[in-house]
Amino acid sequence: MANQATSKKKVTLADRFRYNKAALFSLIVLIVIFLMMLFAEQVTAYRPTQGDLYARLAPPSFAATEKGPAHIMGTDQLGQDVYSRLLYGGRVSLTVGFVVAFVGALIGITLGMFAGYFGGWIDMVIMRMVDVWSSSPTLLVALTFVMVLGPGKWNLIIALLVNSWTLFCRMARSQVLVIRSSAMVESGHAIGASTNRIMFRHIMPNIISPLVTTFVLELAHFINAESNLSFLGFGVQPPDTSWGLMIGEGRKYLTQAPWIVLFPGLSIGVTVLCLNLVGNWIRDEFDPLAVKQ
Amino acid sequence: MGMGKYILQRLAFTILVVIGISILVFVLTHVVGNPVDIMLPLQATMEQRELLTQQLGLDKPMLEQLRIFLGEAVRLDFGLSWWQRRPCMEVIFDDLPLTAFLIFLASALSVVVAIPLGILAAYRRGSIIDRLLTVFSLSGICLPPFWIGLMLMLVFSVKLGWLPTSGTGTWKHLVLPAVAIAFRPMGHLAQIVRFEMIQQLNALYVITARAKGVDEIVLLFRHALKNIMTSSITMIGNDYAKQLGGLSASVEVVFGFPGFGRLISDTIENMDFPLLQAEVFFVAIIVCLINLLVDILYAAFDPRIRY
Repeated sequence: MANQATSKKKVTLADRFRYNKAALFSLIVLIVIFLMMLFAEQVTAYRPTQGDLYARLAPPSFAATEKGPAHIMGTDQLGQDVYSRLLYGGRVSLTVGFVVAFVGALIGITLGMFAGYFGGWIDMVIMRMVDVWSSSPTLLVALTFVMVLGPGKWNLIIALLVNSWTLFCRMARSQVLVIRSSAMVESGHAIGASTNRIMFRHIMPNIISPLVTTFVLELAHFINAESNLSFLGFGVQPPDTSWGLMIGEGRKYLTQAPWIVLFPGLSIGVTVLCLNLVGNWIRDEFDPLAVKQ
Repeated sequence: MGMGKYILQRLAFTILVVIGISILVFVLTHVVGNPVDIMLPLQATMEQRELLTQQLGLDKPMLEQLRIFLGEAVRLDFGLSWWQRRPCMEVIFDDLPLTAFLIFLASALSVVVAIPLGILAAYRRGSIIDRLLTVFSLSGICLPPFWIGLMLMLVFSVKLGWLPTSGTGTWKHLVLPAVAIAFRPMGHLAQIVRFEMIQQLNALYVITARAKGVDEIVLLFRHALKNIMTSSITMIGNDYAKQLGGLSASVEVVFGFPGFGRLISDTIENMDFPLLQAEVFFVAIIVCLINLLVDILYAAFDPRIRY
């Protein structure tokens, strides 16, 4: 037996991608997008708010202008470079999505682990809360927050946080329920390990991969949600920009300058699509309980 | 447990949700925000402020205010909309039917397109059709619907001139908004139909039916389809409820469609607290009723489910 176990080939990262080339491609695209945003100052020639009123609504072109390098994605109604704004705006979109998904994960996973581990009335109370929350118009509640707090990036994050914890709570609870009844946890109890130790050292590592999947999918979801609210004018405010806001501001110029709207929309689509494909790949590859398709 | 008792239990839950959400929104609007500051101009005098506070009943203790609000909400009286100076109920019922119909059209479209395509993709798994469908449904899920709406407008209204860009009145005004809204439910539905159908096609009853010589079309659409209906109905119901709960707002704004979604957006812009409370109240009821309807339909499609 021991011999068999050691002779088993170690699974390399390349093996993980063997049956899922689309996920590998998505991961590379995501890394490129992240790096471009991170080094936006280096890869763009214009500042995002640097307007040139003589070059308003200029179509995309690879020819350099007399004032500087080419506007490869054209310019908007104020003569600002769409490509620069796409990268700086993307930072805002991703930051909002990331913060919302991350804080939601912290709250949801903590509550879900408590519910699953302790059971009884704690479980009852937490899960009823999740039930009530899931069957209520959460978008309207989020909009209520926006209304009383006023629009803006941080208020938008608070508003979106309202419904970002329930899915994590459900996932964490169901995973904990599976692990709790395992021999591993039972032996932990037997040797007198503390509740904290069992929860964070034994249960947590075993439920992490479905939660990472949930995180990636929720990140995609909240990038979309951010764009929706910013488009309506309830999110990020000028002079800051985000992909949703770019579409919202550019739509008045749809007929003369469709590129202002085209590129942010494609950016949202590509980012969200890649996140979805990578999220599903993580679930298929790293979750021992998932059924391989 | 009988069906009747189950429905009663669910209705009780609905009341709980509606009251809970109403209280939450009430507390948010009255504790975090101050209606008087919003309604009066900055240069208003202290006397004016106090008068309005009294008129709105905001000088009473919070619990007393909440009790009055809930008492009136039960009688469906939400008072006048601050922005439109009309009863909130009237404002909502002017716009709700139009959007309900628009989303119904979008749902119908997504069902008609997604179910046959999903079945076909599962049936010819791995083929070029299957791959095309996956790309199509994923883009439907990932691209923002308001952006899809703008692109549709650019092509079909601006370039081709086939359909109007905005407004309402004829069936032509409904086409583009309905299609833009339909993309996401279509993607969800196509994916779930494909996934479930693949499992059904591997089931023993399918092998038995084929051995008996049952026609493939009958097999797919009568036997297998019936078994995947429960998950499809959940999806359709969920998406419908979400759209009605404000998700359709951005598409309605794009097409200048005078519906409920745009009303919600205008409500927030105008900081109309009573109207928002009325909207939350109605949407909560409708969402819960849709969920209940979905559960009842379950039993109709799956005889194993008993309440």
